[in-house]
Amino acid sequence: MEYHLILPISHEMLKQLRVHDVLYVTGRLFTARDSAHEKMRGMKQADLPFDPSGMGLYHSGPLMKKNDGQWVAVSAGPTTSSRLEEYEDALLDRFDVHLIIGKGGMGERTRKALKKTGSVYAAFPGGAGVLAAEKITAVPQVFWLEELGMPEAVWILEVEEFGPLIVAMDSTGHSLYQSC
Amino acid sequence: MDRKHLEAGILQLILKAETEIPRDVVTALGQAYEVETGAAKIQLAAMLSNVELAKKKRCPMCQDTGILTFFVTVGTQFPSIGMLKDVIEQSVARATQEIPLRPNTVNPISGMNHGDNLGSYLPHILWDFEPGDTTQIVLLPKGSGSENMSALSMLPPSAGLQGVKQFVVETVKKAGGRPCPPIMVGVGIGGSADLAMNLGKRALLRPVGVHNAEKKIAAMEEELLRLINATGIGPMGLGGKITALDVHLEVAYRHPASLPVGVVIQCWADRRARMVISKDGSWEVH
Repeated sequence: MEYHLILPISHEMLKQLRVHDVLYVTGRLFTARDSAHEKMRGMKQADLPFDPSGMGLYHSGPLMKKNDGQWVAVSAGPTTSSRLEEYEDALLDRFDVHLIIGKGGMGERTRKALKKTGSVYAAFPGGAGVLAAEKITAVPQVFWLEELGMPEAVWILEVEEFGPLIVAMDSTGHSLYQSC
Repeated sequence: MDRKHLEAGILQLILKAETEIPRDVVTALGQAYEVETGAAKIQLAAMLSNVELAKKKRCPMCQDTGILTFFVTVGTQFPSIGMLKDVIEQSVARATQEIPLRPNTVNPISGMNHGDNLGSYLPHILWDFEPGDTTQIVLLPKGSGSENMSALSMLPPSAGLQGVKQFVVETVKKAGGRPCPPIMVGVGIGGSADLAMNLGKRALLRPVGVHNAEKKIAAMEEELLRLINATGIGPMGLGGKITALDVHLEVAYRHPASLPVGVVIQCWADRRARMVISKDGSWEVH
């Protein structure tokens, strides 16, 4: 099935999604890689400078540039999700995040956490950085840029028809990955 | 030799390598698209349209613009040997601002990223010399997704070629979807630990579909490609027939007691570009 969804995705819809489904999503994503996950591990919702609720979590360290004072995405494909495996189950537990976008898949702990929290992991084609940047319509905010640097900062991205995303791990515990 | 002119050339080399992939890779991705179905086909379609977009917009095709390795072959009669290292480094800093490239060099002790893609030993420049008055530079930008999956094994010689093949296939299986398949696999056999890895990386410079000149080695490349594609990992690890576009082997003689195997995995965005500089400073990039 192919779905064109507005974020946040309803719990009913999340439950319906199955591996192999194709998604295009419109709404807000926040990026987080190793360092941002490390910081978020020790924080509660109230400590965060942004509210992740309803946003998609995008495993990405985008290449950005500033045009007339505005950040613009130049190339913004996904990063390898398995590096975040040790953080993700706790993050899903603590924050209101139900869509993870990355590449290459995640492991057993995340698979269980997705099932428990009724969330999905969807894969954006790796290396397709310009294609991804084309779907980013605005970059309203960035957090921890000074401290973590461009790839590791948390970027808030407005996206339109962001995809193709393949549902690769669904809320029923199915995963398309052989091993991670 | 005019320094500014040379810097413009190396900037052009970096731009070409980051925004275009060689024709042999595009052709192989196109062939993979033809044979795949479902999620695998969707991945390949996105990859191919990304290649088009990156070229048209002159934007780096992947946000991970990588660590840059320059393979420099200097003609012994080339007049400006002394300025090459400095010009390459300055061009990398300029390219980071102007193309732009993602700042990817981090001090491993302090964690600091100076934002210019320079740092101790980086960019990585590998020097070689040959008779003549021209210099050739081949640039291989490589992201961490694939580089992190590279592996070395110091096999006991008793493991034999069977052990070598097993290690290559196991390394690819362990990597799964992480290095952005369909991958290129470069394998160095023999030499020492560092030489095997170096040969694995050099093997990536050979175009897709061009086999080792030695027949026995070429046959082993073909066999490994079949074994890797039989894993079913497929494009982006979502399942499929094409896990690797090609496998390239390079060999060095080995110590009687060592059988080093270096496996270097490259993502589908197998970026490389080549530049030739003449003795008068004129250059071409392809």
